[in-house]
Amino acid sequence: MGEIANLLAAGLLQALEPLNLGMILAGCMAGLFIGAMPGLGSVNGVAILLPVTFLVPPTAAIIFLAALYYGAMYGGAISSITLGIPGASTAVATVFDGRPMAQKGLADQALMGAAIASFIGGTISVVLFTLFAPPLAELALKFGPQEEFALMVLAFATFIGLGGDDIPKTIFSILLGLVMAAVGFDIISGQPRLIFFDMVEFQRGIGFLVLAIGIYGIGEMLWTLEQTSGKVQIENVKTTWSKFKENLGHIKKYLPTTSLGSALGFFVGTLPAAGATPASLMAYGLAKTFSKDPESFGKGNISGVAAPEAANNAASTGSMLPMITLGIPGSPTTAILLGGMIIWGLRPGPLLFANNPDFVWGLIGSMYVANFVTVALNLALIPLFVRVLAMPFTILTPVIFILCFVGVFATTDRMFDVWLMLVLGLGGYLLRKLNYPVAPAVLAIVLGPLAERSMRQSLISSRGDVTTFVHPVEHPIALICIILAIALMLYPVFLNYRRKRATKYREST
Amino acid sequence: MLKRKLFYPVLAMASAVAVLVAGPVQAWQPKKPVEFIIMAGTGGGADQIARLLQGLIEKKGLSSRPFIPINKPGGSGAEALRYMQDKAGDDHTVMMTLNSFYTTPIIQSDLGVDPTKFTPIGLMAMDTFLLWVHTDRSDITDLDSYVAAVKAKGLDWKVGGTGSGQEDSVLTAMMEAEFDYKVTYIPFPGGGTVAKNLIGKQIDSTVNNPSEQMAFYQAGSSKPLVQFTGERMAAFPDVPTAKELGVNIEYYMQRSVNGPPGMSADAIAFYTDLFQQLFDSKEWQDFCVSDGLTCDEMIKNDALGSFHANQYVAHQKLIEQVGAAAITGE
Repeated sequence: MGEIANLLAAGLLQALEPLNLGMILAGCMAGLFIGAMPGLGSVNGVAILLPVTFLVPPTAAIIFLAALYYGAMYGGAISSITLGIPGASTAVATVFDGRPMAQKGLADQALMGAAIASFIGGTISVVLFTLFAPPLAELALKFGPQEEFALMVLAFATFIGLGGDDIPKTIFSILLGLVMAAVGFDIISGQPRLIFFDMVEFQRGIGFLVLAIGIYGIGEMLWTLEQTSGKVQIENVKTTWSKFKENLGHIKKYLPTTSLGSALGFFVGTLPAAGATPASLMAYGLAKTFSKDPESFGKGNISGVAAPEAANNAASTGSMLPMITLGIPGSPTTAILLGGMIIWGLRPGPLLFANNPDFVWGLIGSMYVANFVTVALNLALIPLFVRVLAMPFTILTPVIFILCFVGVFATTDRMFDVWLMLVLGLGGYLLRKLNYPVAPAVLAIVLGPLAERSMRQSLISSRGDVTTFVHPVEHPIALICIILAIALMLYPVFLNYRRKRATKYREST
Repeated sequence: MLKRKLFYPVLAMASAVAVLVAGPVQAWQPKKPVEFIIMAGTGGGADQIARLLQGLIEKKGLSSRPFIPINKPGGSGAEALRYMQDKAGDDHTVMMTLNSFYTTPIIQSDLGVDPTKFTPIGLMAMDTFLLWVHTDRSDITDLDSYVAAVKAKGLDWKVGGTGSGQEDSVLTAMMEAEFDYKVTYIPFPGGGTVAKNLIGKQIDSTVNNPSEQMAFYQAGSSKPLVQFTGERMAAFPDVPTAKELGVNIEYYMQRSVNGPPGMSADAIAFYTDLFQQLFDSKEWQDFCVSDGLTCDEMIKNDALGSFHANQYVAHQKLIEQVGAAAITGE
């Protein structure tokens, strides 16, 4: 313990050196901007700015890129909340409740919730990282296909088990997402499948961001237009010091979901190949399931903003863990960081902690500092962000439209995806009109491929034996996840039953 | 007044002269970021190499526009191949390839991709394969004890790889034919994940490239049993080759950079020159030594084209021999 404290102190001092501190500031600022721009995410940001880092020593370089990574996690929330378009795939879950809050004139509260939850998520996970990096790396190794699949089942269960919602409609929505996720190449045999109308463009599959921007950018806007005939009057948000203090008081409300989201996010982040997007969606589902008031989710519940934001920041820190300890990236962004490290002459892997302690502990130290910097930046800039909402709807709508187009085209570089986005947007609007929840479809298209791959890998290795997922000796972690999943699915049924009995009781007396 | 009137024509003339003078010297340069497609997942050999090259391009300032690495691992590289095919005539896309460049189009004939039609740029290295098991398997010390262990477990022996039709599945099928056993082959999204699953003991053995196992090997978590090369590599002086043990398996992985079909001549010249500079760099040559890659000379353009044509035919034969079904596991 004392040894860790010493190393951490050295790392913190290193992070506070003028050059490194400057790198943190620059990285956080760049990340905020990159995250907030639809179509530009931390992946592109880190890739584009990688060359900048060859001018400075490796530790300063990774500090810059890592700060950019967290910055982008914060930044993604800004456009999700103010414009209703996810700034990055990691911020899709933030739209679910962030946008309704903004429409109710609570944008400042939502942005603050996002910033503070991100801060808590980032800080909790960096503490976990500091204390438990080696044993957690061991755990990540134990996570085989069976465990991965069980975790995915758990994620789906959180969405099915949403009390209050129409369960058959939720299941329909999940299945729709799974079908869309299946388009493209078969994961195992490599054969093309579900190529609609034999169009070769579908071989590349339906991109997650295409769907998310379509449904939330286009679909949502059509819905708003229909509801209001274009006469939207969003209350002008005033940002005063007294309101700031009042909002600060709301923290208590979302603290439990934030902690839950942080722990979950960190854990999911440490698993190779999962990353921040699934983590944020799972955190949202869990927050809703355990809420006393699940009905209010999707209509502007601050916990629905806090949980995914805490989770995506926690996951971004978590995904550094397999990169540093195993040399395997936990997310697409860390894959690029990994490339950077090889160029800087470092070999990520089991020996990095022993061979390059300055580098590793400097990075860990910088994570603490970067979290303070980003939360301060965010809170200070909230008045600026909410000004976006002061724009008249007649101007804002075309701007959102253009950002949707640019965002999709920038990510995939194909006009086909832009048309697909419009079609999916229209579909999202119809689902919304028929009262189907769309969030489960978004979850399914992210988790579907992960679930499918791990399920098929498990079944190949067990040679078709389904009980491999609940084998108490070989896969105890998987067994626990499956039991939890079943419990989660039955939980709303149980609640329903109790509610019915309570009303019956009331009627009879 | 007069001065200002004169200023613009003079400026225009000056710039025209500048363009004329500079014109012939200014060779083709990318006009937008170059997509650097990787036909495999993150953390694997191809991925590590592409990202190293990308970093070197930036570090040495070889391109006016950045190279953006993009992983397209779907369908054993089918996704990437199809993508390149659709990009025919594009001057801003290049691809880091491996042997699935040949095997995937052969096995998936309805993909509609002919890799020999792509634009060959440069062969950066020949990579090698070793047979790896976890260090905890003290019962396995050499090839014989390995074969005995596999035969004892039969189909319960799990070999991890990067996908049906990928080179490791070809090599696994070759070993199955040679030693007369059958194993269960489990595909993972990339060589890095395969390596991790060996260390986590979800699988029993792999045929990873050196770069994918190096960190675990140095940490003492995995051990190589055999190398499938002609001669022992400098990085693994104590590991016998299959040929030394009387097993006739020698198999390499090409790591070349190619453009989509129909790339313009100017662009080909630019990329060839760029990758030649990378190939000759000290950083690249050092990486080749530490990771057991063979990098004597860069085969490029037409010579690489005929190399591809030969390899394509050789892989057709190989797949015919072991049977496509043995590779796809059907």
